Amino acid sequence: MVMQAKQANKVAPLTELPDARGHFGPYGGRFVAETLMEPLEELREAYERYVKDPDFQAEFDSDLAHFVGRPSPLYHAKRWSNELGGAQIYLKREDLNHTGAHKINNTVGQALLAQRMGKKRIIAETGAGQHGVASATVAARFGMECVVYMGAEDIQRQAVNVFRMRLLGAQVIAVESGSRTLKDALNEAMRDWVTNVDDTFYIIGTVAGPHPYPAMVRDFQAIIGREARAQILEQTGRLPDALIACVGGGSNAIGLFHPFLEDSDVAMYGVEAAGRGLETGQHAAPLCAGRPGVLHGNRTYLMEDQDGQIIETHSVSAGLDYPGVGPEHAWLKDCGRASYVAVTDDQALEAFHALTRTEGIMPALESSHALAYVNQLAPTLSKDQSLIVNLSGRGDKDINTVAALEGISL
Amino acid sequence: MSRIAARFQVLREQGRSALIPYITAGDPQPAITVPLLHALVEAGADLLELGVPFSDPMADGPVIQAACERALKHHVSLRHVLDMVRTFRETDAETPVVLMGYLNPIEVMGYEEFAAAAEAAGVDGLLTVDLPPEEARELVDALKAHHVDPIFLSAPNSDDKRIRFMADFAAGFLYYVSFKGVTGANRLDVQSVRDKVARIRANTSLPVGVGFGIRDAETAARIAEFSDAVVVGSALVSRIAELADRPDEIVAIAPQIIAEMRAAMDAVAAAAPDRKAAVDQQ
Repeated sequence: MVMQAKQANKVAPLTELPDARGHFGPYGGRFVAETLMEPLEELREAYERYVKDPDFQAEFDSDLAHFVGRPSPLYHAKRWSNELGGAQIYLKREDLNHTGAHKINNTVGQALLAQRMGKKRIIAETGAGQHGVASATVAARFGMECVVYMGAEDIQRQAVNVFRMRLLGAQVIAVESGSRTLKDALNEAMRDWVTNVDDTFYIIGTVAGPHPYPAMVRDFQAIIGREARAQILEQTGRLPDALIACVGGGSNAIGLFHPFLEDSDVAMYGVEAAGRGLETGQHAAPLCAGRPGVLHGNRTYLMEDQDGQIIETHSVSAGLDYPGVGPEHAWLKDCGRASYVAVTDDQALEAFHALTRTEGIMPALESSHALAYVNQLAPTLSKDQSLIVNLSGRGDKDINTVAALEGISL
Repeated sequence: MSRIAARFQVLREQGRSALIPYITAGDPQPAITVPLLHALVEAGADLLELGVPFSDPMADGPVIQAACERALKHHVSLRHVLDMVRTFRETDAETPVVLMGYLNPIEVMGYEEFAAAAEAAGVDGLLTVDLPPEEARELVDALKAHHVDPIFLSAPNSDDKRIRFMADFAAGFLYYVSFKGVTGANRLDVQSVRDKVARIRANTSLPVGVGFGIRDAETAARIAEFSDAVVVGSALVSRIAELADRPDEIVAIAPQIIAEMRAAMDAVAAAAPDRKAAVDQQ
């Protein structure tokens, strides 16, 4: 079945995906209970109308400039480049956005859409709390009620972000079912949505979920790649040789990759979390070590057992600790347009320290996975080649994790 | 004619509505499931809905989520569930069995392999909660080739066009989800369900079953007045949950709620002997 769909779609250029029903090759689609079909169709229609509406775009651009703080800089990490002795490394500084990560680009876009659609209440799922904070932030900004679902396990690990969301006026609901982590929070948010569809807008935080979410979230995040493309041309006069970004659900990666899809000389690397090592099974790398299946409204690569049950993932970085991945990444992998690799917790931590000490920039542990792959890739390239790494978030939120791993109590 | 169609035809001739209990296979332990299915038939079930446990039951409320977790502690897989149906069939060749669950375990087994195995085990229908008709063509073809009826869910916000669309794919019966929400919630409004069922009947000749939120005999009887089937899940599963640490008693005690519902539904049928005619006219 997968092969048939693959051949049928082989002709569609990557930039024209998804198709009308949300498919990226055999991936994506809309696998939800019937009650959600009508609201998803309503959302798709609204999104397609407003994405072309100059007033909507002007308001989105204005908020990105004045509320988020865009454009984010493209920073030439000269000392680190020299240290690695290969390609020139450029960091796309999404960590400098309001709330400290790329997540806010998407939540601003979806909140503006919610407002246009007359929805008064927003809900969101969160793992580490970054998307929850970004959702609570826009809810405060637009005066909307906000409910954030978070696994009970994650609430304990991320107490600071929970408090942050509460300060912003959001209600944080602990999810006690299943593995009590991000995937269960997503299940619970879906259950809330199916119950309150009439007045509620569900802000999904990544490029996964049923159509139109993967396309819509990508479009809101594609500002990252559009800026980066213009910035690198301005700074170096040529396109980069490679793009590198971490992949959990994959929104920061697709945001960077998408505007470069037709630049066939630009290589793309999505970096998954190998956790304690792919061979241990304790990881969060569905593209590298999983297989296709259906979860959370879309067909994509999943971490699952031989019976099709979703299995628990592990990563030192809570934001990558998810058993699925956006369907567009699944298709980019199968097509060979992007490569997907994985780095371990230890490699990510090493990169976290390296960037902090070498450039005075403390990266999020998620972004540290992308940096760890740069550690391997840059030395294989020459000094006149260049790489763009998406520094998707700042590391302040992770200092307790890092300290605990090193046996330091703060 | 499929076992499901045959059963509905008989019920229609008798002027009765079907009672369909739902249990999650393997809850609270695998050894209970087959004896419990037989006991439910004994208590008055006309069809059986057997849930395939899934790690991420997004459309289910807390009661069935917990049932899935109890079953998954015993690693109950789709293959085990098919074995249970095969065992059930050794002593009951009549009562239709519908599997209910989520797509991923079937996707992993493969559509063709699943459909063939389901037919061989004696499964009569499949209801896949997270598979709307738009994505269902390939699975529906496999099921129909193996004489397994694809059952689809319709919802309060499914318009006439969608109902006709899903009816084109469906066989056996059409399941109407009585409210916007998850299984087991307390949101049922009988009058709005009655109105919607009438609209569904205007768009399909398939029998219409109603489920979600039917928790007691009185409600079951009221829904039975105008539907072809009453599906009872969370109310039964919560009885099982209460007895989870006394599994020996489950088979004797849990089906009582089904017997109560059966009695209340039959009283309605007896009080309105023209029900069959009324249903046929709709």
